[in-house]
Amino acid sequence: MTLAGGNGTADWTIASVTQALTAKKISARELTREFYDRIAQRNPELNAYLALCPERAYAQADRVDAMISSGAALPSLAGVPIAIKDVFTMRGVPTTCGSRILEGYRPPYDATAIARLETAGAILLGKTNCDEFAMGSSNENSAYGPVRNPVALDRVPGGSSGGSAAAVAAGLAVAALGTDTGGSVRQPGSFCGIPAMLPSYGRISRYGLIAFASSLDRVAPFARNVRDIAAVLDVMAGRDANDSTSAAAPPPKALAALEQPFRGVRIGIPAECFPKGMNAAVREKVEAGIAQLERLGCTRVPVRLPHSDHAIAAYYIIATAEASSNLARYDGVRYGLRVPGATLIEMYQKTRGRGFGDEVKRRIVLGTYVLSSGYYDAYYLKAQKVRTLIARDFANAFAEVDLIVTPTSPVPAFKLGERSDDPLSMYLADIYTVTGSLAGITGISVPCGATPDGLPIGMQIYASAFSEDRLLQAAHAFEQAHNAAQTN
Amino acid sequence: MKISREDVLKVAALAHLELAEGEVEMFRSQLDSILSYVAKLDELDTSKVEPMAQTLDSGAGLGTPLREDVMVPCNIIDEALAAAPDPAPPFFRVPKVIDR
Repeated sequence: MTLAGGNGTADWTIASVTQALTAKKISARELTREFYDRIAQRNPELNAYLALCPERAYAQADRVDAMISSGAALPSLAGVPIAIKDVFTMRGVPTTCGSRILEGYRPPYDATAIARLETAGAILLGKTNCDEFAMGSSNENSAYGPVRNPVALDRVPGGSSGGSAAAVAAGLAVAALGTDTGGSVRQPGSFCGIPAMLPSYGRISRYGLIAFASSLDRVAPFARNVRDIAAVLDVMAGRDANDSTSAAAPPPKALAALEQPFRGVRIGIPAECFPKGMNAAVREKVEAGIAQLERLGCTRVPVRLPHSDHAIAAYYIIATAEASSNLARYDGVRYGLRVPGATLIEMYQKTRGRGFGDEVKRRIVLGTYVLSSGYYDAYYLKAQKVRTLIARDFANAFAEVDLIVTPTSPVPAFKLGERSDDPLSMYLADIYTVTGSLAGITGISVPCGATPDGLPIGMQIYASAFSEDRLLQAAHAFEQAHNAAQTN
Repeated sequence: MKISREDVLKVAALAHLELAEGEVEMFRSQLDSILSYVAKLDELDTSKVEPMAQTLDSGAGLGTPLREDVMVPCNIIDEALAAAPDPAPPFFRVPKVIDR
C-alpha cells in the first residue's frame, strides 16, 4: 500500500486518515500494520518507542473497521495511530516513566486522556521514551537510553517528551501525547520541527498521568499540524471526576474555531525574551514569524514580563519540592523494583538508591532540601510568592494584548552529550517555557524556520488561561501562511 | 559554599535515598551551584505578595469543586497486588518494622 501523498514516510494527518478510511482505500488494520512496519524499521536507530501494544491496537483497529463496514458515523479520531509518552497509565501495558524503578510495571487502569482518545476511535500504538519521570530537557535522562532527533541523528530531540516528538516527526505516529511541566512538549516540538501544545492548567484531566510536579504537570499533544492538535485537544479536554483540578470551564471547540476569521488580534512582544546576544538564527526566524503574523493583520504591541529573569529559579524550587513529595511513593512496597534490606528503612533506601537515576536523585535531594525545616520560607515559600509575580506579569500583559510571542527555546537542538554534565546550564535553557508553566496559561510552539544547518526553530505563542480557541486559531493561520511562503 | 557534605547526607536520609560515595560529592557541588543561582530570588521584595500554590482561580468557576462523599465499590485487591514485589494477599509484605 503506498501512502496518500509525497515522500511516503511521514505524510498521514488526521484528515488524510479519515478520508482514506471512509473511501475504503485502506483499512484501519492495514494502516496500523503500516505504522508498526515503520516503527520496526526506524525505531532501532531513534529509540523513540519503549514498548508497543499491538494486541490492543489491532483490536481497536478491528472495531473501527467494523464501524466502517456497518456504515456507522465515525468518531473524530477513528483509526488515527497515536503514540503515548510512557508516563501515562495504560491498563496492562508496560509503564516505566523512563525509570528502572518501574521496570516491568503494568498498571491496572487507563488514564482519562487515554480512555478519551480510544473512545474517539484512536489507535494507540505504544509507549514512548522520555526523561526519567519527565525530568530533563534532552531525553538523555532515560534509563532506557537517549532518543535521537530524526532531523539530525547526532542531536537530542529535546525533552522530556523526546520520544513522542521524535515519533511524530519521523512519521511513526500521526499524533502523540506528551506531558509539559516546564516546557517538556514545547521544547522537543521546536527541536524536532513539529507543533506542540501546552493546554491550560486544568484543561485536561491528569488522572493516570504519573505525577512529577502536580501544580505544573499538563497533558500535552504533538501532531504534524495545528489542525490535528486541535482535534486531539477537543477529544481530551473537559472536567473529570477523577481529577479535582480538572476545570469545570466549558471545553474548547478548537477545531471549529479554526474556521473563524482571524483578524484584529494584538500580539505582545516582550523585550525580555529577545535579549542582546541571543542566538542569531533563533532571533531572525522568530522575528520573521512575528512579521508573518503582522501580514495576517495582527498588531504588534511591546509588553513587559519584568519577572521573567526569576522564573527559572522559582520553577526549579517549586517543581523539585513537589517532585520530592510525589516520588516518595516509589518505595519498593506496592509496585516496581524492590532491593532487599534488613529493615524497612534500609529496603526503602536501597530500592530508591538503585532504582532512580542521577537527575531524579538530584531533584529529590534539592526538593527535600528546600522543604526541610529552616529552609521552607527562604526557598519554597519565596518561590511561590515569585510565582504570583510571574502570573501577575502575564495578567497585566493580557490586559493589553490577545497573544504573546516569544522563541520556544533560546537554542536549536544541541548534540547528544553536549550538556549532560552541567545540570544548571540545562535548566537555564527552559527560560521561555517555564514562565507559562508557572502562570497556568496556554501556549503552543509552532515551527517558524530553521538554522542554516537545517535545525528546526520554534516560535512560541501564549494566550491567557482557557483561551485555547484563540491560541490555536492564530497558530493555524500562521502555519498556513508560513507553509505557503515556504512552497512559493 | 552553601552546602556541606553533611547537608547532603541529612537530606538523603530524610528522602530515604541511599547515595554512593561519589554521588554525595557530585550532588554537593551541583546543589551548591543551583542554590547559589536560585538565591537571585532574594533580589525581589515579596513582603506584600501572597504565595501561589496552584493557578486555578476559584472565583471564576474554574476552581476545585468538592464532590459528594459517596461510597463506591473498590474491589481491586487482586489487581493491586499483581504488581507488588512481595504480595501476601490481601496484604503487601515488608521487612519487619516492629521489634518485640
